[in-house]
Amino acid sequence: MTALAGSLVRGLAHPTAAVRRGLTIAAIAAAVLAPLLFDPASGWLDNAVVALAYVIMALGLNVVVGFAGLLDLGYVAFFALGALSVGWFMSSFYADANVHVLVAGNIGHLPGVHLNFLLVLVVAAAICALAGVVIGLPTLRLRGDYIAIVTLAFGEIIRVFAVNGRTIHLFGPNAPLTNGDQGITPLDQLQLPGLAAFTPFDLRPWYWLGLALTLLVLFVVTRLRDSRIGRAWVAIREDEVAASSMGVPLVRTKLTAYTIGGAIGGVAGAFLASYLNTVSSDQFALSFSIFVLAMVILGGIGSIRGVVLGAVLLAFVNNRLIPDVLNNVPHSLGLDFDLVSLGFGIFGFLLVIMMVLRPEGLLPDRRHRLELQETETDPATQGAVR
Amino acid sequence: MSVQNTTTSRRRLALRLPDRSAATERLSKYLLIAFLLALPAAFAISDLVHGGNLQRIGENLTQGLSNGLIWALIAVGYTLVYGIIGLINFAHGNVFMIGSLVTAGMLAALGLSTATGTLGILLGLLATLVVSMIACGALNLMIERVGYQPLREAPPLAALITSVGFFFILQNVGLLWFGSTPRSLPDLIGVEKVVFDVGGVAVHRADLFAIVTTVPVILAVAAFIGRSRLGKAMRATSQDRVAARLMGINVDVTVALAFLLGGLLAGAAGLVYALYETTVWFFQGFQAGLLGFTAAVMGGVGNLWGAVLGGLIIGCIQQISDNRIGSEWTPAIVFAYLIAIMVFRPRGLIGEATREAG
Repeated sequence: MTALAGSLVRGLAHPTAAVRRGLTIAAIAAAVLAPLLFDPASGWLDNAVVALAYVIMALGLNVVVGFAGLLDLGYVAFFALGALSVGWFMSSFYADANVHVLVAGNIGHLPGVHLNFLLVLVVAAAICALAGVVIGLPTLRLRGDYIAIVTLAFGEIIRVFAVNGRTIHLFGPNAPLTNGDQGITPLDQLQLPGLAAFTPFDLRPWYWLGLALTLLVLFVVTRLRDSRIGRAWVAIREDEVAASSMGVPLVRTKLTAYTIGGAIGGVAGAFLASYLNTVSSDQFALSFSIFVLAMVILGGIGSIRGVVLGAVLLAFVNNRLIPDVLNNVPHSLGLDFDLVSLGFGIFGFLLVIMMVLRPEGLLPDRRHRLELQETETDPATQGAVR
Repeated sequence: MSVQNTTTSRRRLALRLPDRSAATERLSKYLLIAFLLALPAAFAISDLVHGGNLQRIGENLTQGLSNGLIWALIAVGYTLVYGIIGLINFAHGNVFMIGSLVTAGMLAALGLSTATGTLGILLGLLATLVVSMIACGALNLMIERVGYQPLREAPPLAALITSVGFFFILQNVGLLWFGSTPRSLPDLIGVEKVVFDVGGVAVHRADLFAIVTTVPVILAVAAFIGRSRLGKAMRATSQDRVAARLMGINVDVTVALAFLLGGLLAGAAGLVYALYETTVWFFQGFQAGLLGFTAAVMGGVGNLWGAVLGGLIIGCIQQISDNRIGSEWTPAIVFAYLIAIMVFRPRGLIGEATREAG
């Protein structure tokens, strides 16, 4: 049984080119057609939309952590900024302003700033790319574990600003920075050509939009990984000094990773916030950064397929398995606690188990796995200094 | 060439790359000190201008120093572990939280209340201190054994990620044990009672309690590391693990010892915090852990006295920020300090005591 599963995993990990292409097309076709099988408002579709947002976010974090090897514990900052862009530019939150760009119907008559969602996506990506540079700059000279702490600090600072945003008035007395834990809500209904209205009663347009964004991001990160910059990231991850003496510009390469990872996180944040229809500071806790990191680690750091799998699995565990399936288990065992509140303890457990038993993840990146095997078998390492 | 060897050479080289002269080093140190003094100095001046005396800033600093002693205990736990295996033990803040919860549990079990006599309270607190320290020491040992020891030769990020995992596991243990709301404890030590005042600046019993409990513990640990045979082994291991092993030092025991000491200190800090604040909460480990870590970094990670100094400074910054700016902004201010230190002087105030400081 284990051998079969092992060979299956190996077969999926090393398919031939033709098989790979066929599998990819089949997977995309299945993903596009899947929602037609479900009721338009079913819980499964709801889970799928959220899972797609997680996939995008995990792919973005994978650029920073997996490709470039810079451990980012504050990735929630980009979710926050992407979500806030939606709150700022796609709602009646700034009721004094009256800006409408490419919006139709009754949204065109509401007060506030109302931009088309695609424009907001661009704005969110731009804001987050800039934030990526700001977060990246102080970490350039630091060692791996210090980078983790500085990014964590940035994530917390942005959360504190989101929590206290109601008392910050940069653009006039009626224009606070955020709405704190009350949330900016409601957000504009999305209007995109070719898709039906985005309502809570028909989730298919949401799903297809999320799928389109996911495929776009998948395309971008795959091409990036195989490009000059992708090789430069790997070189830096493996050995910074060797990379820089081979002519890889350290500063620019690292900042590019932060910028691209941030922009992808912003897109995911904008999409998820508009789907959840609220932008509240409660969403931006440190645990969310860890949650996304867990997806990347579970799937396999640096491996695109692995990260997609990790994100889908954790979305399933978090939104379906724990609340719906397992939640009654403690009660039926006669124990009195709520399993939902243990979500992050379970993730913590997962992280520990994963690292101790299978540090390379479920579908590991080939290069990462080679490294780990080398570490295990190379006799020179046995007594090596860290 | 093995991964580990390349990592080592990279670290050593990368740290040598920004080849700064001694003058710039000294300048960065003084700039950092000036930067740290800016906040208290600004408020002291505004106190003098508006109130005519330094009473309020004096009280901020007294409370900041006594509070900072708690962060110092936590910071030493970070610094011991980092000095020896180069790992930021993320879970440490929640080991401290468990210490507070153990304290709360013990106080309830012993039935201590404000009505108990002084001798009873003293003996009860002593017993609680012992239990809390042992519980946290054992917990930290167990975490090391399960989560870090198998990863000794794995890539450096692996152990950091397990420590994040333990952070969340412990937080959930706290949540299950004590529920999601803060629980208040009996005010056994009379926190608000003024013991004496110096020039209008009141010193409360809580401040005195923190000093009386934490200072001996810190001195004991410093003496242990500085004088004892095992402490010598710890210092040797932190300088060069391979050489230490060649000299016959059992490295695994030494590493475990660092975790045990860190845990004992976290347990003591947990007790002091619980009595000082008279509330315990499963979430307190998050901020405390970050403050403790910031303190360790501020002094120079791996350096025991640096961690203590950092703890005192962080305590003052936190107290001033809580009192003057608003406690909702405190995390952002402390983290802004952390980032500034990381950017301008990653070695900290005193400097790292490890070989990597090179």
